[in-house]
Amino acid sequence: MVVFDKPHALSDVPFHYCPGCTHGIIHRLVAEVIDELGIEGRTIGIAPVGCSVMAYDYFNCDMIEAAHGRAPAVATGVKRSDPENIVFTYQGDGDLASIGMAETVHSAARNENITIIFINNAIYGMTGGQMAPTSLPGQVTQTSPYGRDVNLCGYPIKVCEMLSQLDGPEYIERVAVNNVKNIKNAKKAIKKAFENQVNGKGFSFVEVISSCPTNWGLTPEKALKWIDEKMIPYYPLGVYKDRSAQK
Amino acid sequence: MKTTQYLIAGFGGQGILFAGKFLAYKGLIDGANVSWLPSYGPEMRGGTASCSVIISDIPVGSPIVSKPDVLIAMNLPSLDRYEDSVVPGGTIYVDSTLIDRKVKRADVNVFYIPATQMASDNNIPTLANMIIMGKVLKENGEFDDKEAVDAALKKVISARHIDMLETNLSAMILGKNYKEN
Amino acid sequence: MADKVLMKGNEAIAEAAIIAGCRHYFGYPITPQTEIAAYMAKRMPKIGGVFLQAESEIAAINMVYGVSSTGKRVMTSSSSPGISLKGEGLSYLAGADLPALVINVQRGGPGLGGIQPSQSDYFQATKGGAHGDFHMIVLAPASVQEMAELTVKGFELADKYRMTSMILADGTMGQMMEPVSLDIPVEKSIEKPWAVTGTKMQRKHNIINSLFLKPEILEKTNYDRYQRYETIKQNEVRYEDYLMEDAEICIVAFGIAARVSKNAINEARKKGIKAGMIRPITLWPFPEKQIAKAAEKAKTFISVELSMGQMIEDIKLAVNGKADVTLCNRTGGMIPSPEQVLAAIEAAAEKGGNN
Repeated sequence: MVVFDKPHALSDVPFHYCPGCTHGIIHRLVAEVIDELGIEGRTIGIAPVGCSVMAYDYFNCDMIEAAHGRAPAVATGVKRSDPENIVFTYQGDGDLASIGMAETVHSAARNENITIIFINNAIYGMTGGQMAPTSLPGQVTQTSPYGRDVNLCGYPIKVCEMLSQLDGPEYIERVAVNNVKNIKNAKKAIKKAFENQVNGKGFSFVEVISSCPTNWGLTPEKALKWIDEKMIPYYPLGVYKDRSAQK
Repeated sequence: MKTTQYLIAGFGGQGILFAGKFLAYKGLIDGANVSWLPSYGPEMRGGTASCSVIISDIPVGSPIVSKPDVLIAMNLPSLDRYEDSVVPGGTIYVDSTLIDRKVKRADVNVFYIPATQMASDNNIPTLANMIIMGKVLKENGEFDDKEAVDAALKKVISARHIDMLETNLSAMILGKNYKEN
Repeated sequence: MADKVLMKGNEAIAEAAIIAGCRHYFGYPITPQTEIAAYMAKRMPKIGGVFLQAESEIAAINMVYGVSSTGKRVMTSSSSPGISLKGEGLSYLAGADLPALVINVQRGGPGLGGIQPSQSDYFQATKGGAHGDFHMIVLAPASVQEMAELTVKGFELADKYRMTSMILADGTMGQMMEPVSLDIPVEKSIEKPWAVTGTKMQRKHNIINSLFLKPEILEKTNYDRYQRYETIKQNEVRYEDYLMEDAEICIVAFGIAARVSKNAINEARKKGIKAGMIRPITLWPFPEKQIAKAAEKAKTFISVELSMGQMIEDIKLAVNGKADVTLCNRTGGMIPSPEQVLAAIEAAAEKGGNN
């Protein structure tokens, strides 16, 4: 008999996420991978500023709360302090692709042996639904009330495509968590991103297309459809770089 | 109580800072209190360079030399700029190859050494600075203790360039033996 | 003197950090402190340490935050404009009660300013340095020897009180060479049970964090932190007295300004003027009690600063109206001359004589 249970790497603190938000799924995937690889005792997670700011309460491994966007720099320090430890950051689109872009690009360029889980839901959730660097053209948000005008505020940033142009990174993949098949793929990618670090391969980056029903103004179900209809066409899923596979 | 304040000035690349370091190490080996302070600026080569060196038997207060007892001027702009700042009774060493005018002050001792020409003649074009140092040490009566001079040179020449020790020493001896016509 | 070597102030800081057990340095080039990074780049790989040139000062201070979280001694260095960029990290280090050593070899400001020596980051350093209720321990060396010794001390105090120590030097201190003895005793490092080193599945997870959403809890952490600051004020004030026994005119100056002032005081004494100096070595905690005590005898205090007059506010608070407090300053990269300071002393003496 299979009994549904929580991964050990997740604490008992109840998530604060909105109904229908997919952060919970992604937290669980990360925790399952930590369990499966047996690395909880030597894993240090870095939480961002954004909706997942309190991730430090949700994981049972040692955790650090970083300043907005600086998680890759903090992770660099932690990893360089003890390369035996497994270090991951968990960052949203504002944190990683806006204020922390420099830290993201340079940790990738250095091929820091860390794992980055990048949650792209095309909006700022915690502050109440403002435009993100990944908000789609025409997307209505609190700070793009007439729809994102690309002439005024530029185009969304495709982070996987951009980082894969660098020589540094080991592994870059974009996944989604809007249906069972995609969730299974996401788990595989996240596992690979941690395994790469365990095996000393270097910078491993998984972008997870995620939903924000609350700030998108959709029901949870429609939000998952919106991922299929709007997000994935703009942000195609797949492996953007895999150095091991190239050899 | 004796304090000597040196100001060494010239172009970047003339070994101004190096000559100052040598003086400071010499002072340190002689058991004195010393300080060395370079000018620093955005130019790496060719701009003006100067450094303040203080050798004293009491602890050094301000490391900034604004009224030098000894001015070593290795180009004309340096002499123009600092001549008036030398204390009355002080000393000015002039690289007379690069400075074609005489010192205007009558209340200071002046030594003219064609150091750049001598360096060039002796195939050591980068060591005009140490030729003048040789003269400075001789006038200070410091050349009598050759061991201390050697020791100071060893300190200031990095291990990588230790083969330059003898060349530096020979430059200093050129300066020491130079007699003005 | 045989055990002494000539070193630049910047190099002395770097070597002293290694002596103190620091094996992680993160920095970004900026004049006039770049020798620290260059020195670390050379030395760290040879001793199994980490030197990393970060992409920005912001990244560097956050790498410091990361290493400090793991309980190891770590430092970064910069000069004024770069320190402003590190401000965010300084606040987070304070909020998470993390020890670190930060070097500021000051240059003239505001803005890009210049590259010549300055002390105009005094407010920034001593009043917090960024957002929120916090302080750093601020150490002000006035010699290359102190650059080395206060670096070691800075690490020790940072560990002891779980906070940032800042060395507030200036371009002169960084660039000058003096004989220095590196035979500096180092206190044993302190246990850090709070560090994130991996739970080894043997303890509850540690969390390094500066977020407290409940105001009552944030208030309490701030009160607790300030209680620690009170202990520091009681125990860690450092200063040097110079000819203060009979001083009627008291100069207060730190770093290069104190050295210039010493020359001026010596000249004033030759002229029969009873001048002396209190040289704060800790700018925070400030030697306020010592200055208050001096104000019982001295008639005039002269703040000698390489700024438009910042420390003078702390002197006035300490003197509390009991004596005149005047300013003798240069700014923008200029340094007061001994003559300028002597003139200020003489002016004070003349005024004092009329009383």
